[in-house]
Amino acid sequence: MENLKRIFSDNIRQYSMLIALVVIMVFFQIITDGALMKPLNLTNLVLQNSYVVILALGMLLVIVAGNIDLSVGSVAAFSGAIAAVLIVNYKLNSAVAVLVCLAVGALIGSMQGYFIAYIKIPSFIATLAGMLIFRGLTLVLLRGQSIGPFPGEFQALSSGFIPDIFGSGGLRITTLVIGAIISVILIYLDVRSRQNQKKYGFEVMPLYFFLIKNLVIAGAIMGLSYLLASYNGLPNVLIVLGVLIALYGFVTTRTVIGRRVYALGGNQKAAKLSGVNTERLTLYTFINMGILAAMAGLIITARLNSATAKAGTGFELDAIAATFIGGASATGGIGTVFGAVIGAFIMGTMNNGMSILGVGIDWQQAIKGSVLLIAVFFDVYNKNKS
Amino acid sequence: MSDVILEMRNITKTFPGVKALDNVNLSVQRGEIHALVGENGAGKSTLMKVLSGVYPAGSYTGEIVFEGEERSFKDISHSEKVGIVIIHQELALIPLLSITENIFLGNERARYGVIDWNEATMRTQALLQKVGLHESPNTLITDIGVGKQQLVEIAKSLSKEVRLLILDEPTASLNESDSDALLQLLLQFKEQGISSILISHKLGEVSRVADSITILRDGATIETLDCRKDVITEDRIIRGMVGRDMTHRFPARTRNIGETIFEIRDWTAYHPAHADRKVVDQVNLHVRKGEVVGIAGLMGSGRTELAMSIFGHAYGRNISGTAYKHGQAIDLSSIDRAIANGVAYATEDRKTFGLVLIQDIKNNITLANLPAVTSRFVINEPKEMVEAQAYQQRLSIKCSNILQKTVNLSGGNQQKVVLSKWLFAEPEILILDEPTRGIDVGAKYEIYTLINRMADEGKGVIVISSELPEILGICDRVYVMNKGKLVGELAGEEASQESIMKCIMNQEVTEAWKI
Repeated sequence: MENLKRIFSDNIRQYSMLIALVVIMVFFQIITDGALMKPLNLTNLVLQNSYVVILALGMLLVIVAGNIDLSVGSVAAFSGAIAAVLIVNYKLNSAVAVLVCLAVGALIGSMQGYFIAYIKIPSFIATLAGMLIFRGLTLVLLRGQSIGPFPGEFQALSSGFIPDIFGSGGLRITTLVIGAIISVILIYLDVRSRQNQKKYGFEVMPLYFFLIKNLVIAGAIMGLSYLLASYNGLPNVLIVLGVLIALYGFVTTRTVIGRRVYALGGNQKAAKLSGVNTERLTLYTFINMGILAAMAGLIITARLNSATAKAGTGFELDAIAATFIGGASATGGIGTVFGAVIGAFIMGTMNNGMSILGVGIDWQQAIKGSVLLIAVFFDVYNKNKS
Repeated sequence: MSDVILEMRNITKTFPGVKALDNVNLSVQRGEIHALVGENGAGKSTLMKVLSGVYPAGSYTGEIVFEGEERSFKDISHSEKVGIVIIHQELALIPLLSITENIFLGNERARYGVIDWNEATMRTQALLQKVGLHESPNTLITDIGVGKQQLVEIAKSLSKEVRLLILDEPTASLNESDSDALLQLLLQFKEQGISSILISHKLGEVSRVADSITILRDGATIETLDCRKDVITEDRIIRGMVGRDMTHRFPARTRNIGETIFEIRDWTAYHPAHADRKVVDQVNLHVRKGEVVGIAGLMGSGRTELAMSIFGHAYGRNISGTAYKHGQAIDLSSIDRAIANGVAYATEDRKTFGLVLIQDIKNNITLANLPAVTSRFVINEPKEMVEAQAYQQRLSIKCSNILQKTVNLSGGNQQKVVLSKWLFAEPEILILDEPTRGIDVGAKYEIYTLINRMADEGKGVIVISSELPEILGICDRVYVMNKGKLVGELAGEEASQESIMKCIMNQEVTEAWKI
């Protein structure tokens, strides 16, 4: 029991955020008379909020490295605007345009990253400048108008669903199969890491707790797959999200570059004196952020089917809030992909739930702000207590 | 008649899982310098935190009687009000504020919230005079050295009408002459009737100035020695601290010195901010296989700057000179290249430059050589665990397991993690900058043993230290550095405190002649 208590308190941050997400979902499920978890709405929730997850993944690395990026909303809008000009005005092939936009994102990230890493301009200032610059350039590109509509293949980026190979009509079997495969993979990985921990004599959580945890996770995935399967199936965006989450989860926990980012954020001087090229690493985190911001911009542009000057306003705050709600430290060195994703889903669920309830954008902002404050309050409170 | 100013009785303080203080007693007389000694983790700092109210009344058991009255302090400001002032090891001054602003911070000379700067400046002047610091009250803290900053802290405590001054390792980062000035000041205070408690690892200065010495070990009072009655030797104190006789402070070693493995020639480096200031000037030195070479010199003589400029140009600019390993010129122009060429540098400031404190032991050990546990960009975590565990055992790092965060380790164990990190990088040349700063006698011995072992393995070891006995005790050969230049090279038998100081003085004299 002692053991269990400690394991639980060791992971309190991650579990408490998961619990908070569940509580928020149940709350909206009840208050919206079950509208939240309707297949159609769940699909919408994913589609509407995919950008938060994508941006939070990049923001996590930036924040763990000890910086911040305020420009992502503007960069997203700029990327959407470029796509619109290329595809709608110049009739360029959508795939080529997408690649161009991602490259532009990388370029923007490398410019901001250069100023931050090598010229040592504080990231807050450099990206605040970027925020203004790219919002302005978006207006220049669009000449103050919205550009659209886009051809179907570009729209598919956000509104497409994976084809159902079983073709049974009603329930989308492919979606269920994919859900099952993911569950099996996750369970396999968890079992393996448990065995490894045992092999090296580290304490592991009790077996029953381990089983319950895996059952709950598998159950949640299967439940979600079922709900999605009973509407149009798995949205393309969710596949992209899944791949990105897995990729970033892997990079942050298992690779040299991930480890070094955490060391950099934990103690830049010590990392540098251990042979880590801290400048180049900082630059990489911003290039990565630029690409993801461009990608987020493309997805929302595809979803709205037009590029507007106002697109992406406040995205940076959603992404930063998601990362902090997920337990990242504002001073760097601490934060997980898992946490940031949960944080993003908390933001997304609240966005969606409050929209269903018809809460105005004014109150939405106030409530989201309060949730951020409460989450960080508990984080700090827990840390001080231990 | 003994006049007791402070009496702490049966103080017991527990943290979750550990009893940090177990029925500790401490009795300080009026107008004495009372030294508090003990190994790291013995409970000295905890006891002082109880006394100063950092741990408020109720979080410990036992009683504190100050000036004849039983006290229970709620916080620091409460204890300061009655005249107990603590000066921490890490100075609590604000670098970009002036001396005056710092001295009256939190205690501003103000009427209706408006500060009377004239009064504040005048009083600061008086206080600075008292502590013997000749600086303008308007000087910024960042513009004066650590020794003077320490004096500002003391002046600040005087401004609060201190009755009992507690100094936690005040001389840890001071050079010899600044230390002397500080100790003189304590003796002066003693005459004025101010009592002080001095926590220090430097037993030489303890036996010099203390009137009585209380020794703590493992959270308990071992004994209180009265220096006025009999002469207390350093060995006597050490016996109390470690609970046994330390016949040898330095482990013995059979030397097995081979050919030269590392050499630098005409090494020169300039200050990073002031491009015309030479910090390292035409230095030539070499290290042989299996040799421990010391670099002695006063604080600010350029030792650390030399070491860091060698280690991947981590310090300075316009660095010139050549480095050779086994007679071959090597490229040391960046830190990763230096590491790849087998050079390692363990910093003097492990908390700021040595460790990622929020990370665990394992991550810190492997940080400088991740490729060794990596295949195709992916860290082989099981292998990493095995490697880290091997070092934890080899260097006997005391911890619950290697996933413990380094911030929770004692100074000695932190230093062992730093050394593990560099041993894991498999260097041929190891530069150790103040490897035993701020760690206790027992752990020092272990570090010396490690240094010997590295030499036995055929590495070349360079040790930088401000403690001459340490240099003399472990080094085969000593370079003396002063003002950026090497001013002497002494083989083992020629090296002594006197000969080292003579080298430094000689240069000073020559320079004086030039002017």
